[in-house]
Amino acid sequence: MTPIIEAHGLTKRFGEVRALDGLDLVADSGYVTAVLGPNGAGKTTFISAVATLLRPDSGEVRVGGIDAVADPKRVREIIGLAGQYASVEPAMSGTENLRMVARLFGLTRREARTAAAAVLEQLGLADAGDRLVRTYSGGMRRRLDLGASLVGRPQLMLLDEPTSGLDPRGRIELWEAIRNLVADGTDVLLTTQYLEEADQLARLVVIIDHGRVIAAGTPDELKDRAGRSVIEVRPRAGGDLPAVEEALARIGCEAPYTDIDSQRVSAGVEGGADQLRDIVRTLDQRGIDVDDVGLRRPSLDEVFLAVTGKRLEPTDPDTDPESASADAA
Amino acid sequence: MSTTITPTTDVATQTTVVRRPGAGFVTAVLQSAKRTVLQFFRTPQLLMLGTIQGALFLFMFRYIFGGAINPGHGLDYVDFLVPGFLATGILWLGMPAATGVADDANTGVHDRMRSLPIPRASVMFGRSVADTSLTLWGIFVGTVLAFIVGFRVDASVAEVALALALLVVFAYCFMWVFIAIGLTSKSAQAATGTATLLVIPLAFVSSAYVPAASLPDWMQPVADNQPFTVFSNALRSLTLGGADAIGLGHSTAYWVALSLVWCAGIALVFGSLAIFRFSRRR
Repeated sequence: MTPIIEAHGLTKRFGEVRALDGLDLVADSGYVTAVLGPNGAGKTTFISAVATLLRPDSGEVRVGGIDAVADPKRVREIIGLAGQYASVEPAMSGTENLRMVARLFGLTRREARTAAAAVLEQLGLADAGDRLVRTYSGGMRRRLDLGASLVGRPQLMLLDEPTSGLDPRGRIELWEAIRNLVADGTDVLLTTQYLEEADQLARLVVIIDHGRVIAAGTPDELKDRAGRSVIEVRPRAGGDLPAVEEALARIGCEAPYTDIDSQRVSAGVEGGADQLRDIVRTLDQRGIDVDDVGLRRPSLDEVFLAVTGKRLEPTDPDTDPESASADAA
Repeated sequence: MSTTITPTTDVATQTTVVRRPGAGFVTAVLQSAKRTVLQFFRTPQLLMLGTIQGALFLFMFRYIFGGAINPGHGLDYVDFLVPGFLATGILWLGMPAATGVADDANTGVHDRMRSLPIPRASVMFGRSVADTSLTLWGIFVGTVLAFIVGFRVDASVAEVALALALLVVFAYCFMWVFIAIGLTSKSAQAATGTATLLVIPLAFVSSAYVPAASLPDWMQPVADNQPFTVFSNALRSLTLGGADAIGLGHSTAYWVALSLVWCAGIALVFGSLAIFRFSRRR
């Protein structure tokens, strides 16, 4: 089978910044591929290369077997792109927006009308179709933006950080829409800095940093590759967090990490059950009450930590250095 | 490259991929233009600005500054003013186009358009057609008001028709300057700033509002040789009874021809720049 996306040795420089530095990626049809990485890792640059918006300095990128550098027009015939912003027109209604893009995809007026109605229905926006988009919520705009590419029935949807800036409900609704896409036979490549998003949606997760792939596989494979299990402790009193961290370090766990938001301390361990027994005993001896203590598989966050030595911390897209450097170029 | 025969599975997958040919040039131009026009008429701020801005300028010059300006040659100031006011209306009314284009570039609209299977130039042609229509809307409002505040033509129907046709051509050609500014600016604010810095000297260091001869000596060569003086003089010659009647050197035909040369040059340079900027792959 021809891979839907095939990239080999992609490089792209913006001035001094190597946005892509020999990136290789092969994704087959039939599932979501997630490109995961921190800000400035090269995610947007990569998706722009696949979408024929930019020309790589070197390397090869093929979409459905078509060379995106040599034959961009044919690639555009099979892709749909939804960028980091909802680029639908606020002064037009949902229906008008979709009909416009459908006409640009080459549909006749009648086909465009049918396609727009079907996509609105599919995305749960049928009731809002006649309203101007400026009255939509952020989540509705993002779904409509997805729909704008969908009216052309693309083989491959490219979604650049589709849920950044959405509230949890908007995010879950968009995930549902993306799952439906794949069920209908559309391939999806998305970028994200949310590990949970990659874990939830993708069969192939490609972790990139500094413009190159540092790990790739199914979420399970990546977790297995990180090898270690993780002990996670949530003390009853927030004030005990430092003491728990210290206790974990003492029994030989590597670099315990405190997450203030969830009030949990976690640390990777080689053995597992033995250390779990040790930590329970240690905490008991010190009189630290816990709400929860357990042994679990590593999250993708810990996989990222294991392969890069740093944590993946989503930041505000407004201060995204990647988009800033792309603008400067 | 190897000459291995492609495995049959490859062929099978490729044929299941539905390729959409995409819209043709004309459809793509019209669809892009429609978006810009709807945006204008449905966004109260844009509509207000594009509609009443001209009225403010006209009233200001006609009634506030006008009394102190003597155009000479027995002309009423309102008759002198209106052709220049309409010519420079192209500048004031075109500024929002630069802002709008920069906005589209920064909000992903251009990326979406560039990812579609359409001729890329069509998006910019759509923009130029739409923004020119919006400018002409403002010019139309200004023309009606001009007659209300006392402007009268001394010309044949054919001359008036030619003057209006020239306005359309000026507006279209100069629109490419604003589009190019929008495409080369980093933000909508920057585009507005650049457009303002261009528009103010072009509008005022000209014969549009005052006779060029009344400007300081060092400023006159600039004013005499920039396009908006030429446009203003062409419109005056056509509507006020000929170049001689209003004390302009040369003939009406000269001013019209020189205007068209300016238009062609501006459209060629800035149109190519805009289309190249939009279409290239970074």
